[in-house]
Parts: sequence; structure tokens; C-alpha cells
Amino acid sequence: MTTFPSDAGTSLDAPSSPSRLEVKDLQTWFYTGRGVVKAVDGVSFTLEPGETLGLVGESGSGKSITCLSILRLVPEPAGRIIGGEIWLGDTDLLQLSRHEMEQIRGRHVSMVLQDPMTSLNPVFNVEKQVGEGSMYHLGLHGSGLKDRVQQLLRWVRIPAPEVRANDYPHQMSGGMRQRIVGAIALSSQPSVLIADEPTTSLDVTIQAQYLQLLKDLQEEHRFSMIFVTHDFGIVARVCDRVAVMYAGRIVEMAPTRELFGSPRHPYARALIHSLPDPDTEVEWLTTIPGQPPSLYDLPPGCPFAPRCSEAMDICTQEYPPTFETGIAEPGAAGPPASHTAACWLYGDGSR
Amino acid sequence: MRRYILARFVQALVSMVALSLIVFFLARLTGDPRDVLLGDDYSQEQWDKMGELWSLDEPIYVQYAIFLRNAATGNFGESIFWKEPAVEMLARRIPATVQLTLTAMSLSVIIAIPMGILSAVKRDTWIDYAGKTIAMLGQSVPAFWLGIILIWVFAVSWSLLPTSGRDGPLHYVLPSVTLGWFTVAGIMRITRSAMLDVLDSEYIKLARVKGVPENVVIWNHALRNAAIPVVTFLGLILGNFLTGFVVVETIFSWPGVGLLAIRGIQSNDFAIIQTVVMFGGLLFITINFLVDIFYGYLDPRIRYE
Ligand SMILES: Nc1ncnc2c1ncn2[C@@H]1O[C@H](COP(=O)(O)OP(=O)(O)OP(=O)(O)O)[C@@H](O)[C@H]1O
Ligand code: SF4
Ligand SMILES: [Mg+2]
Repeated sequence: MTTFPSDAGTSLDAPSSPSRLEVKDLQTWFYTGRGVVKAVDGVSFTLEPGETLGLVGESGSGKSITCLSILRLVPEPAGRIIGGEIWLGDTDLLQLSRHEMEQIRGRHVSMVLQDPMTSLNPVFNVEKQVGEGSMYHLGLHGSGLKDRVQQLLRWVRIPAPEVRANDYPHQMSGGMRQRIVGAIALSSQPSVLIADEPTTSLDVTIQAQYLQLLKDLQEEHRFSMIFVTHDFGIVARVCDRVAVMYAGRIVEMAPTRELFGSPRHPYARALIHSLPDPDTEVEWLTTIPGQPPSLYDLPPGCPFAPRCSEAMDICTQEYPPTFETGIAEPGAAGPPASHTAACWLYGDGSR
Repeated sequence: MRRYILARFVQALVSMVALSLIVFFLARLTGDPRDVLLGDDYSQEQWDKMGELWSLDEPIYVQYAIFLRNAATGNFGESIFWKEPAVEMLARRIPATVQLTLTAMSLSVIIAIPMGILSAVKRDTWIDYAGKTIAMLGQSVPAFWLGIILIWVFAVSWSLLPTSGRDGPLHYVLPSVTLGWFTVAGIMRITRSAMLDVLDSEYIKLARVKGVPENVVIWNHALRNAAIPVVTFLGLILGNFLTGFVVVETIFSWPGVGLLAIRGIQSNDFAIIQTVVMFGGLLFITINFLVDIFYGYLDPRIRYE
């Protein structure tokens, strides 16, 4: 591995060099007593430096497992990444040894977990938990490490950081803990931050504050972000592009405005049309008729077919590949404009 | 932390008072101790003399006060059988028991905790199954039976190890194994399940997300949390050793407190029994106090309550 030498001793202001993340045909399966669960089955996407990609989809569609796969933290031994490539810059993370992967985690790719009440270690104080990343990745010790922790706590706007550094998690509120988790995730200035529903368990005003904090930090430190959420209001506010997941696959991917304006895949259309107003924060997933499929024995063909009003013969026979459907409103600035959908409705001519 | 320790200390003191009440009243409730102490064949003079010696004709609360005063100065009366202060007899036997405890306990901890951790980390592999088998054997084989089997195999058949007495390091082997056997199994089981719980937690996931090396995740982040239930269990087990001694010391003629207790019971030696019971209770309270303090050290949620 040549791309990511040890960063110990480098300047603190040097973030991990911005890198493109490219996931190709990722497959992560669970081998359970009841059979094989194809939790992630052929997911591909790219994340440009500085970009925010939203990941949405029903519960169980494979969002979290996709995120954990990128960090190679799928719960073993049941879960295994059985195929695909995950390129960070010019390194395929799936080819790294366990030890090399430890040097990627936290340093180049990091993650904010969902539940601030359980994601801090109850027996260690804030200073130890926040400082640990900088100790391993940046080689900081002693007073240098102490200063670094203070700096990180100020980044995430913890009041009185000198005092708070000695606190234990049980002495802090949920919103405060989640900011600590943010400080931990950003402690070595990674180039990719994965946020898996980071605000779900916070109350509404704290949610808004936390989102603003993440956006400000992103502005300042220029990391790219994968943002998992159930909330289209949040998607509209923070994401440049959105990927919609269904039964372990990405069924549609487009710039955010484009997706809201002209969704292609019948599932995505149902989602968006069931929204009274994109800014309303509603539990939108319950409004689509029919049940999400069981991942234990997916039928051949499109997994959405049983719930799809536009299903055709081919839909139940063969899984639709991903088609480029063209941008409806070209001209918007930003990442390379592309609007893809995995649906036979867009397959005419290309096949 | 200081307040926490103080609170635990007060609790321990209260337990000691309760213990003294129990010991005192148990002894008195079973009737006039003279009936037991003097047997069937005694003169009125003996009866009166003993009554005076033990203040048996005073009102009960005076008797208790006297009992407390005597207890505080370590005076639990004289063994009727050996004609020696019971406390001195006990004191002479404590080192043997403590040494045996420490040996058995350290052996158990050194073996069982790493095995439990390994079992959890290598869940559902042959290492885990081997660990589970040992745990099952440990929990289903009673100490007295194991002790006899060990003597039979290692001492009688192979003449490798001594069966009784306490004359050198080799003498410790069989008694500690017998005493520690059950303990190893228990500690291993608790360690394994505590580690499994902790390793599944979100904070361990976050530690890995940070890029903390896996061995630090297991031996520091996870173990510090898993240690909490393990320490509770160790406290209980140490208490359990108190009964283990009676069996193990009898089998191996180990000159410790357990054997003294047995001798005391066999010869109806009131002073000895009372002293041993008092000692066992005090030991139990002290162990619990130490466990509580260790707890506070391990878990800030307790320390700052
Ligand atoms: N440890 C596991 N063993 C077996 N199956 C699992 C395991 N973890 C996840 N899965 C399966 O993988 C699928 C994807 O799970 P994942 O957690 O990625 O869903 P999600 O999209 O994040 O859902 P949510 O919105 O509820 O967080 C689920 O259907 C689940 O059944
Ligand atoms: S592929 Fe067929 S069944 Fe699936 S969403 Fe498209 S039209 Fe519906
Ligand atoms: Mg999830």
C-alpha cells in the first residue's frame, strides 16, 4: 500500500488528502440459520471530494450495511463482503490487511453513529475518547494531545471544554454526546464522513443545530459525506445527490433537485409523491402500499414488482440493470449530472 | 470517590453490627449454651461457674454488650476441647487458608479470564466450543468428587503429588485445583457472556470506527466494561470459597480454618464455632467492601452517583 503512508507527526491542519470514493458492485451477505440475506447486492456509486450523497430507503433496505461495508465493519462472522471493490483514491479498501484497514478508519474514512446514548464508552472520560484517534493517527501525546482535544471540542461547540474534557458520558445530554461523537469522528480530519441517521434520536431543535454544525464543519474542513436518513426534509437541506435504496440495491440516483422534481423509478415516485411538501418532516415510508420484500428469498426479477402498478412481464423474470435516464433540468451546477434508474421502464432501446 | 468509599464503609459497619446480632442471638436462642457445653454430666458448681464466666445470668442486652466488648478485643472464649483461646487457634490457621485462597483464586483468574475473552472473540469456533465444554464440566463436577478423583489419579496411582498436609509448593497443587475448578468454569462463563454483550455494543463499534487497533479494543475498551459483572461474580465466588474450604480442607487435611470449623463442630466446641462463624462473616463483609470500591474504580456511573 503506497497511497496512505502513516500520518504520524504531520501538521494538524493537514486533513487527509481529499479522495474520491468509488464503490463498485458491492455485495454484502449474511449467512444465517434461516438462509442467506443479501443485505447489499450490487451497490455502486461514487462520492466526489466535498460532495454529500444522501442514502434513503425503507428500513432494512441495506443503508447501514452499505456504510459499514465501506469501513469493513460488517458484523462477523454472519456478515461477509463477498464481492465488489471500494476505491478510496487509488486504493481498494477490500484488498487491505486488517492492520492497514485500522489506519484508514478514523483517519481517512470515519463515521457518526446513530444513537448518542449508546455510542460513547461509559467508563472512559471525554478526553480519552476524543483524543484516541489523534493519538493513533497523528501520533500525539501528552500536552499536545490535550490541546488537540480542546480544539476538537471547540470545533463542535462544546461549552467550557476544559471542564467537559474530564466528564463521563452519563454526565451529558444527548445533544452534547452526539457532538462529542462528531468530534471523535472528525478528530483526524478524514476525507470521507459517513453519517448514519445522526439526528434521528435527537429532538427537533437539537436536530437542526446538529445539522447546521455538520454543514459548517464540512464547509470548513472539506470532507465528503454519505448521509443516511429517513427524512426528506434533511435530504433537501444537506445532500447534493441522493441514492434511493430498495432491497439491497440502489434503484435510483440523481442530484437532489432533479430527484424531487422528476423521480423515475416507480418506488421513488411513490415516495416523493406521497410527500405533501418536501420540507415537511414526516415518516414517509409507511405510505406506500404493500410490504417491503423479505430478503431471505427474493424472487427473480425486480424486487419491487409485487408493489409496482407499472410492472411488465419482464419485470418478474429478470432484474433490471441500471439505465441512464438523462437529466430533466440540465444546467444545474455541481457534480457530473447523471440520473440513473434500475427499472425496465427506461430500458427501451438500450437492450 | 471519597464520598462513595465513605458510604460503602458505613454500610460495611452496619453489616458488622447485624452480623454480631445474628451470631449472638443464634447462640442464645438455641437455649442455654451450658446445656451443650457441659454435656450430661456436670455439677451445680460447674454450671454456676460457667454462668459467671459467660455472664449467662445477666439480662440479655447486658449479655450482648459484654459479647460486643469481648468481640472488639478479640475475646471469643476458650476452646473447651483444646483449652486455648479460640481466636489464637483461628489466627494460627488463617495463613494456610489465605494462601490456599490466593493460589486458587489467582490461578482461576489467570486461566479463566483470558479463556472467556478468547471464547467471546472467537465465538462459534472450536476454541469457543472447547471453552464451553470446560465450563460445563466445571459446573457439573462437584468439588469433593473431583478432589477424590485427583487424589486417586495423581497421588495414589501415579504417586506424583502429595495428598495431604502443607509442606511445600507441591502440596498446593491438588487443593487449589479442586478449589479453583468450579471457579474457573464460572468466571469463564461470566467473562464470555459479558464480553459478548460488550463487543456487540455501539461504543465498541465507534472505537473500531476510530481506527483503534483491535487488541486495544478488546483488552482495554471492551474488558474495562466487561470487568464490571466479572468483579461482582468474583466477590460472590470468594464468599463461596468459604464453604469450599470446609470440603477441600477436609479432603486434603489442609490445616486451615475450614478444618478447624469441622473439628469444632464435631466436638461441639462452642467457642470455636462462634469464632469461625464470626470470622467468616467478617471476611465476607470485607470482601464485599473491597469489591464495591473496585466497582467504583471501574464504573464512573457508580462513582459519581
Ligand atoms: N447481523 C445480521 N444478521 C442477519 N441479517 C442482518 C444483520 N444485520 C443486518 N441484516 C439484514 O440486512 C438488511 C439490511 O440492514 P440495514 O441495517 O443495512 O438496513 P437499513 O437500511 O440501515 O435500515 P434502517 O433504516 O432500519 O436502519 C436487513 O434486512 C437485515 O435483515
Ligand atoms: S422494473 Fe418493473 S416492477 Fe420494477 S419498478 Fe420498474 S416497472 Fe416496476
Ligand atoms: Mg440503518
